[in-house]
Amino acid sequence: MEWEAVIGLEVHAQLSTKSKIFSGAATAYGALPNTQACFIDLGMPGVLPVLNKEAVVMAARFGLAIGARVEKRSVFARKNYFYPDLPKGYQISQFEHPIVSQGKLDIIVDENTTKTIEIIRAHLEEDAGKSLHENFQGMSGIDLNRAGTPLLEIVSAPEMRSAKEAVAYLKTLHTLVRYLGICDGNMQEGSFRCDANVSVRPKGQEKLGTRTETKNVNSFRFVEKAINYEIERQIQVLESGGKIVQETRLYDADKNITRSMRAKEDANDYRYFPDPDLLPLVLSDEFIAAVKSQLPELPQEKAERFQTQYGLSAYDAMNLISDMALADYFETVAAGTAKHDQKTYAKLAANWIMGDLSAFLNKENKEIGQSPVSASQLQGLLNRIMDNTISGKIAKTVFETLWEAGGNADEIIKQKGLIQITDSTLINALIDEVIAVHPEQVAEYRSGKEKLFGFFVGQMMKKTQGKANPDEVNKLLKTKLNG
Amino acid sequence: MHQYTLAELSRLLHSKAINSVELTQHYLNRIKQYNTRLNCLITITEEEAMVQAKKADACIQQGKSMPLTGIPIIHKDIFCTQGIKTTCASKMLDNFIAPYDATVVSKLNIAGMVLLGKANMDEFAMGSSNENSFYGQVKNPWDETRVPGGSSGGSAAAVAARLTPSATGTDTGGSIRQPAALSGITGLKPTYGRVSRYGMIAYASSLDQGGPLATTAEDCAYLLQTMAGFDPYDSTSVEREVPDYLATLNNPLKGLRIGLVKEYFSEGLSAAMREAIYAVAKTLEKEGATLVDISLKRTALSMPAYYVIAPAECSSNLSRFDGVRYGYRCENPHDLNDLYARSRQEGFGEEVKRRILIGTYVLSAGYYDAYYLKAQQCRRLIHDDFQDAFKSVDVILSPTSPTTAFKLGEKTKDPISMYLSDQYTLAVNLAGLPGLSMPAGFIDNLPVGAQLIGNHFTEARLLNIAHRYQQLTNWHKQMPALAE
Repeated sequence: MEWEAVIGLEVHAQLSTKSKIFSGAATAYGALPNTQACFIDLGMPGVLPVLNKEAVVMAARFGLAIGARVEKRSVFARKNYFYPDLPKGYQISQFEHPIVSQGKLDIIVDENTTKTIEIIRAHLEEDAGKSLHENFQGMSGIDLNRAGTPLLEIVSAPEMRSAKEAVAYLKTLHTLVRYLGICDGNMQEGSFRCDANVSVRPKGQEKLGTRTETKNVNSFRFVEKAINYEIERQIQVLESGGKIVQETRLYDADKNITRSMRAKEDANDYRYFPDPDLLPLVLSDEFIAAVKSQLPELPQEKAERFQTQYGLSAYDAMNLISDMALADYFETVAAGTAKHDQKTYAKLAANWIMGDLSAFLNKENKEIGQSPVSASQLQGLLNRIMDNTISGKIAKTVFETLWEAGGNADEIIKQKGLIQITDSTLINALIDEVIAVHPEQVAEYRSGKEKLFGFFVGQMMKKTQGKANPDEVNKLLKTKLNG
Repeated sequence: MHQYTLAELSRLLHSKAINSVELTQHYLNRIKQYNTRLNCLITITEEEAMVQAKKADACIQQGKSMPLTGIPIIHKDIFCTQGIKTTCASKMLDNFIAPYDATVVSKLNIAGMVLLGKANMDEFAMGSSNENSFYGQVKNPWDETRVPGGSSGGSAAAVAARLTPSATGTDTGGSIRQPAALSGITGLKPTYGRVSRYGMIAYASSLDQGGPLATTAEDCAYLLQTMAGFDPYDSTSVEREVPDYLATLNNPLKGLRIGLVKEYFSEGLSAAMREAIYAVAKTLEKEGATLVDISLKRTALSMPAYYVIAPAECSSNLSRFDGVRYGYRCENPHDLNDLYARSRQEGFGEEVKRRILIGTYVLSAGYYDAYYLKAQQCRRLIHDDFQDAFKSVDVILSPTSPTTAFKLGEKTKDPISMYLSDQYTLAVNLAGLPGLSMPAGFIDNLPVGAQLIGNHFTEARLLNIAHRYQQLTNWHKQMPALAE
C-alpha cells in the first residue's frame, strides 16, 4: 500500500525580551542557576504576574508578518499541573483565545516546489524552569532561571507531507523570527524548539491517522531524521496489522529513534481556566497599526526584491535571504559596481557567495559574519572577473589566497602574475607551438575525432598556467584546427 | 488609652499628649495579658514594634509625620511581611518567613504605623468562624465560648478587645465584614481593584480584597486612605484616583436612597435581627434618607456560584504549596509523588483540602462547562442585578450575617450551615462591590452588624453613611468587659 505522511509542527520560539514575560527578572542565557529568578519567578506566596509589553509587541509583529489576525482581545489561562520546575503549579499560557490566529507561511521545498502552510495560531506563554538530574548525589536540582521566559508557541496546520517539507517550513519560520528580531533562533540553547505531530494514512484517504507527538527535536537535521523515523515506524506498525497509539514520544538523537514517553491516558487534565490575576489582553487599532509600521522588510519581500532588482532565480533569492546577514553581505557586494551590468554582476556575486564562499564557511563552521573575506574584498575579485583580467578558474586561486592570507585581489593577481592572456597574436603563436608538437592528435582531430578539442584546450591552459582567456582560446583554436 | 479611636490617638500623638512608644507598650501589654485567652495573634512583633514606635516618635518630633504615624496595627497573617513569619494560619507555612512586604504592608509602613503582630485567621482565609486555624481557634471577646467570625477573626477580635486600634483583613466572601459584625466593630471591604493584592496570599484571586478593620468608620477612612491606590505590581488593581475619604465623612444624608432587599429579609431571618436592621434604616431615614424596597432576584445563586468559583481559583492558587521551594515538606518522601501527596496532605487542614478537591473537580475536563462556566454566568447575572438596583438606590442596607456570633464548634461539623453565615456578603464579592459592616445593636448581649453595599468605588459614600450613623448611635462605643 502507498502511504502518505501528515505532519504538523509546534514551535516554541523564545522571545528576545530583556526581561521575563511576567516579572522584571533578566532573561539572559547561561547565568548561574537560580540567579535570574525573582520572587515572582519562584512562585512565592502572594506574588502576582504583570505582563511584559515587549512580549506582546513581538507576538503582534509575528502575527502581522504572517498575515494573521492579531486579536484585539486575547486571554491568559492557567494550565495546571505539578512539576518541580513549574513553581506555581500552573503555567500561564493562552488557551481558548490566542493573540494570533489564521496566518500562513510560504515555503520553498526545492527548486521546483513551493507550498503555503497555514499557521493555525500563535500564543504567548511562560517557560518553565529546568530540572537537573546530574551531580546532586542522587537528588535532583532545580534551576528556575528559565522560568517565566516568554515563549511564542506557533502551531501549524497538519499540512506537511514529508520530513523535507517540515524542514523547509521550520527553516522559513526560523528565518522569519530572526528577521523580525523577536527570537535569536539559537536551537542549541533551546531558543527555537520544535515538537512534531506525525501520522500516516493510506494515500487518497481523507481521514487522518492516529498521530504521535515527538518532542525534543532541536536541530533541522534531527527534525528530518525524527520525522522520517516516525513515518517509517508507523507504516511498519500498520502494515504488520498493529495500531498506532496516540502518545508523546521522545527523539533520541544518539540512537536516531523515537521512544514512547507517555500515553494519552496518562496525560494530565490541565484544568485550563482564565487566569484571574491577569485581565484579558486588549489591543487597540492604534497599537496594531504602530507595530505594523515598524515591521522590517520580510524575508519573502526581500526574496521578491532580489528577483526583480538583481534578476536572481527564486531559488537563489530564497537561499540568500535565509540568513539576514548573508542577504546583507550579498547586497553590499552586488551594490559595488557602476561599470558593469548590474544583473550580470549580481548573478556572479550570488554564485560566488552561495558557491565558493559558502563552501569555505561550511568547511570551517563559520557564520557569514565571521568570514575572513569581506564583502569589499570579494568585490575586488569579482571586478577582475568582470573585466576579464582573470578567468573564473584563476579567480578560485585568488579567492583561496584572500581567505587564507587576506590582502586584495589586484595585488594577489599582480604578485602571482595571474593576469589573463587575451592578446590574440600571443595566443595564436602559442597555439601554433601546441599544434607543432602534437601532429598525430591534429591529424586525428581533423579526421573527425572532435572530442580531442578538449585536449588542445588543456594543453593551452597547461602552457599558460591557466591564464589564457578560455573564450579566446576556444575561438582561435577552432579557427586554427579547422583551417 | 486603648479606649480611644484611631482618629483620637492620632490627634493625641500629634499634640504630643502621648507618644508612640508608650502607646505601643500599652497595647503590647494588653496583648500579653489577653492573647493567651483570645488567641488573636499568631506572631507578636514586640521588638520590631518598639523600633517602629521610636522612629514614629522621632518623626512626630521633627514634624515629618503623617496622620497614621505612631499608630499600632496588626496585619492578618495573610499579608507578607518581610523578615517576619507569614503563615496564613497553616501548618504549610509554619516555617515561612516572607522575603518581601505586601504592597499594603509597605504603604502602611511608610505611613509610619507600628506593627504589633500578625493576626490569627482561618487557614488560607477559608472559613467563617476562625476555627480552621493551625494555631487554634480565636475566641470572641464578647463571649469566649463563641466564635469571632472569620476568616479575619483574629483581626476583628483583637480590635474588639482593644488589643490594637486597627487591623488589616481580607475579604473573599465576607471575611472582613462578617467577623466585624460578630465582634462588634467596623470593617470595610473595598471595591475589587481598589487595594493592591500584591503580597496578599491568594485564596480566590478574582474575589480577594484587602481592607481595614477598626472601631469606627472614621478610623477605617484613615486606613483606607493609605491602603488604596493603583499598584503596578497588581494587574487587577485599578488606575483611578483615590478620593479624600475623610473630607466627605460628614456629608449630609438628605436625599440618600437606601435599598432594602426583599430576598434578604425572608422568613429565615430572626425577628430580632430584622428589627435591628430596620432600626438602622429608621435612624438613617430621620436624617433625610428615603427607604426603597427592591429585589435582587438572583440572590439564591450567590452561594452556589461562590462555592464553585472560589474553590476553582483556590485549587490552582494553592498548587504552589508543594513542598519543593518553601513551606512544609513531609519527612523522607520516597519519590516525587509521595513528596507532593504527603506534604499537601499533612500541611493543609480539612477545610482547605475540601475546597481544593471541589475546585479541582469543577475545573476537570467534562465538568468545566457545567460548573465553572455556569457559575461565571451566574456571577454576571448577580452583577447585573446589582447594577439594576443601583439605578434606583444609592446603597443597600442588610444584615451582615444572619445571626450573631455562634458557639465554638456549633457549625464545624456542618459546612453548609457554616457557609450560610456568609449569605449576605458573598454576592458583594461576586459583583466586585464595596461593602461595609458597622455595629448596629445587640441581641442577647451579642453584637449585631449592619451591612452597607454601594456601587463600585463608592467607599467614600459608605464611610460617610456609617460615620453619620455612628454620630447618632453608641453601638460602636460598646466594649467587651475585658476592654472596660
